[in-house]
Amino acid sequence: MTTVEERLLPSADPVQLVDEHGVRHDNPQYGMPAPEALVDGYAQLVVGRRINDQASALVRQGRLAVYPSSHGQEACQVAATMVLGEQDWLFPTYRDTVSIVSRGVDPIETLTLLRGDWHSGYDPYERKVAPQATPLATQLVHAVGVAHAARLKGEDTVVMALCGDGATSEGDFHEALNFAAVFKAPVVFFIQNNEYAISVPLARQTVAPSLAHKGIGYGMPGERADGNDLAGLLSVLGAAVGRARAGEGPQLVEAHTYRVQAHTNADDATRYRNDAEVAPWLERDPLKRLDAYLSAEGLLDDVRRGEAAAAADKIAAELRDGLMQEVSPDPAELFAHLYATPTPQLKEQAAFLQDELSREEA
Amino acid sequence: MPYEKLTMAQALNQALRDAMRADDTVLMFGEDVGALGGVFRITDGLTAEFGEERCFDTPLAEAGIVGMAVGLAMNGMRPVVEMQFDAFGYPAFEQVVSHVAKMRNRTRGKVTLPMVIRMPYAGGIGGVEHHCDSSESYYAHTPGLTVVAPATVSDAYTLLRRAIEFPDPVIFMEPKKLYWAKEEVDLSVEEPGIGTAVVRREGGDATLIAYGPSVPIAMEAAEAAAAEGRQLQVVDVRSIVPFDDETVCAAVRSTGRAVVVAEASGFASVSSEIVARVTERCFHSLAAPIRRVTGFDIPYPPPKLERHQLPGVDRILDAVDTLQWEDS
Repeated sequence: MTTVEERLLPSADPVQLVDEHGVRHDNPQYGMPAPEALVDGYAQLVVGRRINDQASALVRQGRLAVYPSSHGQEACQVAATMVLGEQDWLFPTYRDTVSIVSRGVDPIETLTLLRGDWHSGYDPYERKVAPQATPLATQLVHAVGVAHAARLKGEDTVVMALCGDGATSEGDFHEALNFAAVFKAPVVFFIQNNEYAISVPLARQTVAPSLAHKGIGYGMPGERADGNDLAGLLSVLGAAVGRARAGEGPQLVEAHTYRVQAHTNADDATRYRNDAEVAPWLERDPLKRLDAYLSAEGLLDDVRRGEAAAAADKIAAELRDGLMQEVSPDPAELFAHLYATPTPQLKEQAAFLQDELSREEA
Repeated sequence: MPYEKLTMAQALNQALRDAMRADDTVLMFGEDVGALGGVFRITDGLTAEFGEERCFDTPLAEAGIVGMAVGLAMNGMRPVVEMQFDAFGYPAFEQVVSHVAKMRNRTRGKVTLPMVIRMPYAGGIGGVEHHCDSSESYYAHTPGLTVVAPATVSDAYTLLRRAIEFPDPVIFMEPKKLYWAKEEVDLSVEEPGIGTAVVRREGGDATLIAYGPSVPIAMEAAEAAAAEGRQLQVVDVRSIVPFDDETVCAAVRSTGRAVVVAEASGFASVSSEIVARVTERCFHSLAAPIRRVTGFDIPYPPPKLERHQLPGVDRILDAVDTLQWEDS
């Protein structure tokens, strides 16, 4: 017999299957993912890292308005989508560009928001990816609704709902977890705890033993994993998705990672933390350790490394080319999407703007 | 059986029932809407008829209720949610403004949200603090929302049916003071559609413009004025967004004088918007500035003082008297 506490509280330490030196650690509860999954995951990490760095470069060149990078968090980004099936949904935040692309959404469409063309650039139904949420935690309750609707329709759908450590302080985080638990909705709430909400450290958000401990308050299992260990994340998230799919209800997963770069290019991290704090996290890099592990296991060689690098080069080139093109959003669209049928007042205002524009041109 | 004598509460209940019978994807949920049937009994018997999956109680959290409705609507459902009282809807404000109102626009029409937020609103029932707010102006100010407020039993039924069928989110303001008003109604009537105002009473001397709980007061005032020889026309706005400029302006042009009656505080409100729009469009037909009879700019008063806040017949007639009559 397991007690409620044993069933709902997270592991004593974050689950880690591969440490920062690339050394394997077996876990009685969480098995090592299949070699093919890890090799595939490695390739996705390489691509994800490249997207982050290319997008940051494009901000410096004025091609993106802003880019909140997930540099160093790519294992979380990639694992969140690798454990999903086609019928499942992803609810990302503004920092989850890599996750969205890893789900198969076009990278240029993904960056529409940050480029400033429109608020969301992709069709959410195509890959079952909700629009990126910029308010914190508000998307988590939508995730519960999508999951509940799927259950009512008898569909085999699990929803992966992403948020950061700061968002766990929001009321909507609490309401989403509580609703999901009460309605037994198939949702995996996946917190990427990167230690910072812009400048505010985790200690100012909570004094809970860990964010995963919050699950027990909702009667929901909480688990925590090393957020820079793709193997551990795949195993923990995969188990959570499996439980949700089997009708066992929602789960909370906290990945402990670190935001090695500033909040965005507009932020100055030197005002609130020093390099000595960042340095050890650079050693815990998710890509470096997976490379070391796979190489030692004989699963990764220079040919595969080269293939992954080539795929990353290709996507980086697509990003550069796509974002170098000048796009002029059509001002008429400002009025086109508010209602199925525009109100008479909006029609008047659209005509006013059109008239103003035609006089500008003349 | 087209004509039935129903209260507004019964008509709203019937509208929900008929909508749920007509479409399996219509869901009703909120606080106390299940076994209890809602604190105003608007959802009475729906769980019994349609089961727990279609009409259910949720945890007590309005942002969660509205946010969950967003997700359900994204995934093929037509949720109808109840905010138990006007002022209890405020915790859901971020969901309403940042998501309900914006989803279609931010996704360029890819994600639409056919959902209804039912909101028992306004005062006149002796309710204590936080139970009597007229919050329509907050929603009317938010682009992307549709806001309606029925004033008759018949409109309550039809507008709720139309709101549930509507392709976009509707804030449905139910004047709780009128829940027990009785009327013979023809439930087979298809009109009105959302977006139309209606002339409730003809009269050539001045126009009273009202919506929701203020319409019966305006009708009473018109009755009293007629006894004194002044014929007042009454326009029921009923669709605040979209606003029916055409009907309202045609009415005002026909009389040349107007008073807007609304229970909400007047400053920066739906009533001030109506005055501005009508003035911009009808200035040359106006014989006098448009006047307003609204609630004071104060928090809704406690029950023993609420009569001072509510627009009444005397205040309306006094306002009408100031419209620069040549014969006075």
